[in-house]
Amino acid sequence: MEKLLEILNELHPEVDFETEERLIDDKILDSFDIVTIVAEIDAEYDVAIPAEELIPENFNSAKALWALVERLMEE
Amino acid sequence: MKKKSKILLCAAVLVCLALLWLLQALLVPKYMTRSKEGALIGEYYANAGGNDVIFIGDCEVYENFSPITLWEQYGITSYIRGSAQQTIWQSYYLMEETFRYETPRVMVFNVLSMKYDTPQSTGSSEQREAYNRMTLDTMRWSSAKWNAIQASMTQEERSWEGEFSYLFPLLRYHSRWSQLEKEDFQYLLHRDVVSDNGYLMQTGVKPYTTPHAERPLVDYTFGENSYAYLDKMVQLCESYGTQLVLIKAPSLYPTWWEQWDAQIQDYADAHNLLYLNLLEYQEEIGLDWSADTYDTGLHLNVYGAEKLSAFFGKILSEQCGVPDHRGDAQISALWQNKADTYYARKEAMEAQTTN
Amino acid sequence: MQIVSVSFLLFAALLLIAYYLIPRKGQWLLLLAASYLFYLWAGVEYLAFILFTTLTTYGATMLMDRNLRKQAGFLAENKESLTREQRKSYKAGVKKTNRVFLVLCLVMNFTILGLCKACLVDPLRTAAGSGTFSFLTLGLPLGISFYMFQSMGYVVDVYRETAKAERNPLKIALFVSFFPQLVQGPISKFGQLAPQLYAPHPFDGRQVSFGLQRMLWGYFKKLVIADRIAAAVIALRAPEYTGVSFLVLTVFYAVQIYGDFTGGIDVTVGLAQALGITMPENFIRPYFSKNIAEYWRRWHISLGEWMKDYIFYPISVSQPMLKLSKSARKKLGNFGKRLPVYVASVATWFVTGIWHGLTPNFVVWGMLNCFVIVVSEELSPLYERFHNRFHLKEKRWYGGFEILRMFLLMNLIRACDLFPHVGNYFVRLGSLFTTFNFHILWDGTLMKLGLTGLDYGILAGGCALMLAVSLVQEKKGNVRELLQGSTALRYCLIFLLLVIVLLMGSYGIGYNASSFIYTGF
Repeated sequence: MEKLLEILNELHPEVDFETEERLIDDKILDSFDIVTIVAEIDAEYDVAIPAEELIPENFNSAKALWALVERLMEE
Repeated sequence: MKKKSKILLCAAVLVCLALLWLLQALLVPKYMTRSKEGALIGEYYANAGGNDVIFIGDCEVYENFSPITLWEQYGITSYIRGSAQQTIWQSYYLMEETFRYETPRVMVFNVLSMKYDTPQSTGSSEQREAYNRMTLDTMRWSSAKWNAIQASMTQEERSWEGEFSYLFPLLRYHSRWSQLEKEDFQYLLHRDVVSDNGYLMQTGVKPYTTPHAERPLVDYTFGENSYAYLDKMVQLCESYGTQLVLIKAPSLYPTWWEQWDAQIQDYADAHNLLYLNLLEYQEEIGLDWSADTYDTGLHLNVYGAEKLSAFFGKILSEQCGVPDHRGDAQISALWQNKADTYYARKEAMEAQTTN
Repeated sequence: MQIVSVSFLLFAALLLIAYYLIPRKGQWLLLLAASYLFYLWAGVEYLAFILFTTLTTYGATMLMDRNLRKQAGFLAENKESLTREQRKSYKAGVKKTNRVFLVLCLVMNFTILGLCKACLVDPLRTAAGSGTFSFLTLGLPLGISFYMFQSMGYVVDVYRETAKAERNPLKIALFVSFFPQLVQGPISKFGQLAPQLYAPHPFDGRQVSFGLQRMLWGYFKKLVIADRIAAAVIALRAPEYTGVSFLVLTVFYAVQIYGDFTGGIDVTVGLAQALGITMPENFIRPYFSKNIAEYWRRWHISLGEWMKDYIFYPISVSQPMLKLSKSARKKLGNFGKRLPVYVASVATWFVTGIWHGLTPNFVVWGMLNCFVIVVSEELSPLYERFHNRFHLKEKRWYGGFEILRMFLLMNLIRACDLFPHVGNYFVRLGSLFTTFNFHILWDGTLMKLGLTGLDYGILAGGCALMLAVSLVQEKKGNVRELLQGSTALRYCLIFLLLVIVLLMGSYGIGYNASSFIYTGF
């Protein structure tokens, strides 16, 4: 989780990722950011997030994103 | 509360419709000072009924025959249902419509329009469309009008949009808002009468000088469509017991080819109709082409029209048995009024032309 | 049936009345019947195309669905006995079979779409004057680009298990052919649109009246503005108009395409709303964007979303791309990290380009968009420093400057689709740097384009109104909601708008007084 926050903060230092829950809805993250995050997660956790998981519900908050990573790690 | 708001909504919709109707009344052309031909068809309804003779056709009837002269000299009651560049299908449906209002003894049809077989053949589609409007827009609603619209639309007009714009002329004239004139406001809700029983008076004189050269045609045969409508006219008049008289007005131009004349003569003979090519009676009528035309022989002016009517009235009463109503006080009074208007108009127009 | 026609309005009116009179259970069947009637109106010969897409969509999704249900049953039955590995491999097997159905369906449909686009005349484009090569007289089937993308999106969703397959073929037929969006989108997602299509919709006066109002506003944009300025846009494409004239063309074209496209979508969305169906917004005041990337998130959104979900993401997060990312990062640093994104962008914009048309100018147009977006992404740290150095972000005028910059830049890019021969486009683009003919703005040139001074006045007024409405929407939200308070004012405004559309719309033959003068016999 910490590592994930680090990745996110590096991308957008101005955003408080621990509390923000509308990252996609408020257009804080764009599609370029999302792809970058996917690549970083792949490099960091060796988890490939498939395209069908790239939906707002999974990316609106760091928490949701972490839940996705954990779910994918388990599978 | 709910009921109240429903009533409010209905009221608002009604007000909107009324305003749109007013807007439409404002935007349609009025034909009161220019292109008066456009007002002719609509003037009939106030004079419908009691006419023994109805003339139907294009400018060769509404500028060449004077119902007032027919009345004064023969006691014949008549009305002219003419309009600019009236086509034979329009003439037919106007006939059909006329029979809804009255059954005249004689229906006189000017055969010049036989030469146009389809809406496309009558000239540019823009011009055709404008003439269609001038004939059809002031017709009252009936199946005759609907059929006339169907028969008249040019290829370009033929679509739902086209028909709809005849139903709601606002759709046709919507862009006139930037060209509105004084007369559009002045005649918003009423019209003046521009004709004398369908006769559109001209008092100017422009003599006939040189013959109008017209190219010979390749084919003189009238089209199938024209004949079909002529057939329908014959049947229609027969079914009402009305005598159909075919005429060719004595206008010198456009040329009335002898091949055409022969075809109509044959048709009249075959159907037992009276056909008069009035061009052949110029001397008997007493037409003087240096004084009796306002446009070098295309149309007669009022002086020519009076002469022609004096001649034609004799045929109507002697050959067609159209009765003399001058003994009827009620009818006389009515026609005296019409005559007064006629002479007042003539005087005013003469004053204008001489000035 | 054109969306701007009496027939369409009549059709819509009759449908609306019938829709709320019949039992609610039958509403979706009525929509289906209406959609097919609408489609038949365009020509019986096109029916084969939409039926093919409907049937392949239904077939593929049903086959995939059967496998998925079999899988669910199997996994539930053997919940205890299977190891995680076994479960995974079973799932992978199913996925593999389903992928065959998916690919088959996509290939068949996109082949047809490609062939159609390559060989058939697009009636909309030829009307605009850009002739394309064709050897068949058949026109492009109505709405094929839209319904195909929408259907294929659904097929992919079923494959990805993000949408549940619909088992009623008639319902699929409705989803594919839903007529308001058939002509120009939006391209809806199954999960968003389909449940609404099938649901019963009781009459809701407010929804109906809002929908109709929105249609009226759409007609205003299309008839009063777009169709009026169209003549000048066509005229300005002539070769003699270079330099500043070209700049004028790009601005006029921006006005035309905005009025036409957003107006058309307003009619579509408004009609759907009157039917009780909420469609996603396809435009969010795109000309207020501050850069091209933002513009494309606000213009033709449904197409952008489609491209993102089905082209951009799948490519950029695919295994090869992630590998590329890893290796490129080592060699190229931060740029390498972004490389997969850029590769995916190029692919996406290529597809977007050919979606608009198979002529080279659309490919160039797509690449230009992509180029500008990538360059500004690469330069963004530089911008950032520049902004911070001069505290530009806090200054209000700078926001305005950014919007103007985006507007002009986007206009230049967009003008590319006016010139089927790309060379002509670049000649004009080049003339911007050589020809400074500012005098055309006042020497009467603009009066020779088929528009009168009055037309320009109406256009100026209309644009001002659109701008005002957009500003209100941007700052305060829904304009109609704001007017809800004052009933009388609202009725008056709506009526006024109706009158403006009726009188000032460019439709019909137009009145030419000279042809109403009796000129002969």
